[in-house]
Amino acid sequence: MSDQLSRLALSDEGFVFNPQTGDSFQVSETGIVVIRLLKEGRSDEEIAARLTDLYEVSLEEAQHDCADFRARLKQFELA
Amino acid sequence: MKQTYQKPVINKHRSGLMNKFGWSPVYARKIRTEIDGVPIDRLVEQFGSPLFVYSERAARRKYRRMFNAFSTRYPNVVFGWSYKTNYLQAICALMHQEGALAEVVSAMEYDKARALGVPGERIIFNGPHKSLPVLERAVAEGATVNIDHLDEIVDLELVARKLGRPVTVGLRLNLDAGIYPQWSRFGFNLESGQALAAVKRLAFGKLLRLNGLHCHLGTFILDPQAYARQVQKMVAFGYEVEQAFGFAIEQLDVGGGLPSQIRLKGTYLPPDVAVPEVDEYAEAIAQALSHALRPGDHPRLIIESGRGIIDEAGWLISTIIGAKRLADGTRAYVADAGINLLFTSFWYKFNVELDRQVGGIDETSVIYGPLCMNIDVTDEGIPLPPLKRGHRLIFSPVGAYNNTQWLQFIEYRPNVVLVTETGEVELIREAEDLSDILRRERLPRRLALKPAGATPGEGS
Ligand SMILES: Cc1ncc(COP(=O)(O)O)c(C=O)c1O
Repeated sequence: MSDQLSRLALSDEGFVFNPQTGDSFQVSETGIVVIRLLKEGRSDEEIAARLTDLYEVSLEEAQHDCADFRARLKQFELA
Repeated sequence: MKQTYQKPVINKHRSGLMNKFGWSPVYARKIRTEIDGVPIDRLVEQFGSPLFVYSERAARRKYRRMFNAFSTRYPNVVFGWSYKTNYLQAICALMHQEGALAEVVSAMEYDKARALGVPGERIIFNGPHKSLPVLERAVAEGATVNIDHLDEIVDLELVARKLGRPVTVGLRLNLDAGIYPQWSRFGFNLESGQALAAVKRLAFGKLLRLNGLHCHLGTFILDPQAYARQVQKMVAFGYEVEQAFGFAIEQLDVGGGLPSQIRLKGTYLPPDVAVPEVDEYAEAIAQALSHALRPGDHPRLIIESGRGIIDEAGWLISTIIGAKRLADGTRAYVADAGINLLFTSFWYKFNVELDRQVGGIDETSVIYGPLCMNIDVTDEGIPLPPLKRGHRLIFSPVGAYNNTQWLQFIEYRPNVVLVTETGEVELIREAEDLSDILRRERLPRRLALKPAGATPGEGS
């Protein structure tokens, strides 16, 4: 898990704040779930599986979305 | 029980931009589940995607609304249906049923109108290219020919000689009505004296008789007063010509150019603010006529509105075939319809609707078409919830210029349907297949590939 991620402040309403840069983000409910799991140090496979437990979604779609979400985090220099 | 899934989305807050771009889950989300009562799903199930859909009710309503706006203000009005705007037979037929003449600008369009059963006397022939054979035919069949340039005067005199009778003609003008850019490449310029010189030349030949003036300022004219200036100048010129050469002007054709309700790229106001109502145009034109015309003089007013009538009666249903994330992080979608079908995407910021509610946070996205071409982009910077394959995007208004300027390029052109006033769906143009593409091609025998099964190493 990256340092960046561990420092992020999350709210259940989807507000994410990066205290280092002052940037704030709007994150969907599932996005918050993914970030929490990343903070716990879970792998992509585990996260995708967890999403299928919680939500009505295929493993394939969840994996695809996790990879996409990770790329987004990287783009914002959060991971 | 498991919860409904929404894709994970993260957007960075940008101070000051949030409201303007509507990054809230509901704001600016537009849903369309049906067109004139026919479910989008059913349309696609039956006719495939992409699919152009026209509403007969919307088209007729729009026509009548515009016609009423003019006919309640001026006693002698007729519409000319601009074929180039949409020359699908069903659409033209509908306009002719409503009472429109055919306004054509080429031999192909002329043929199309005649093939549809429009008599020559109900055709207005404009445009810069009228070859001698079609000119001859048009004159013989009684069409109104509006002259574009001097060489056409010579051609028409030739036709008159051949027919052994004088020919009645109209003259296309271009003039300064305060509209930029000024379409000065069509017809004769008024202010420079070119138009008067043309009439002089025409009178000198004694074979042509001028009875009409035509002028089309351009398209998407947002200032009704431009038409007032145009009409004032046309009427004054008509009287000048009457005085000098004895030609009585019986027709004033002010062209088209009325806008539809759409935001052009680069304009910020929503269309209901930026685009004046049709009544404002009708009022400006009628007022100008009543000021400029002599009492009791009511030459026939011709309106050639295209876009203003048919644009909003057309939709294009398309389907997402893939979602991707660009290197810079932008969310992108590939749809099965692009600029090959939506020629107007070069200047329209379309109204894009989804076929269903999709949960999740909007991301500023870009929509690509199916072409393997960098320019195939139908929207950039549109807030969309996370979409996936199979979701549909409905583009509108698309009724003007797309079904004439669409490209037979890379993809087949799809079905076009018309939803009737009673809710039936009629196929008005069948989707193309390979036979349409190959029909006109000729493969020289020496280039024919070896038949399948030829020995390896020969052919490909
Ligand atoms: C001569 C003429 N009349 C009418 C039209 C229809 O224009 P619009 O669709 O802007 O009403 C055009 C379009 O270019 C035109 O050239």
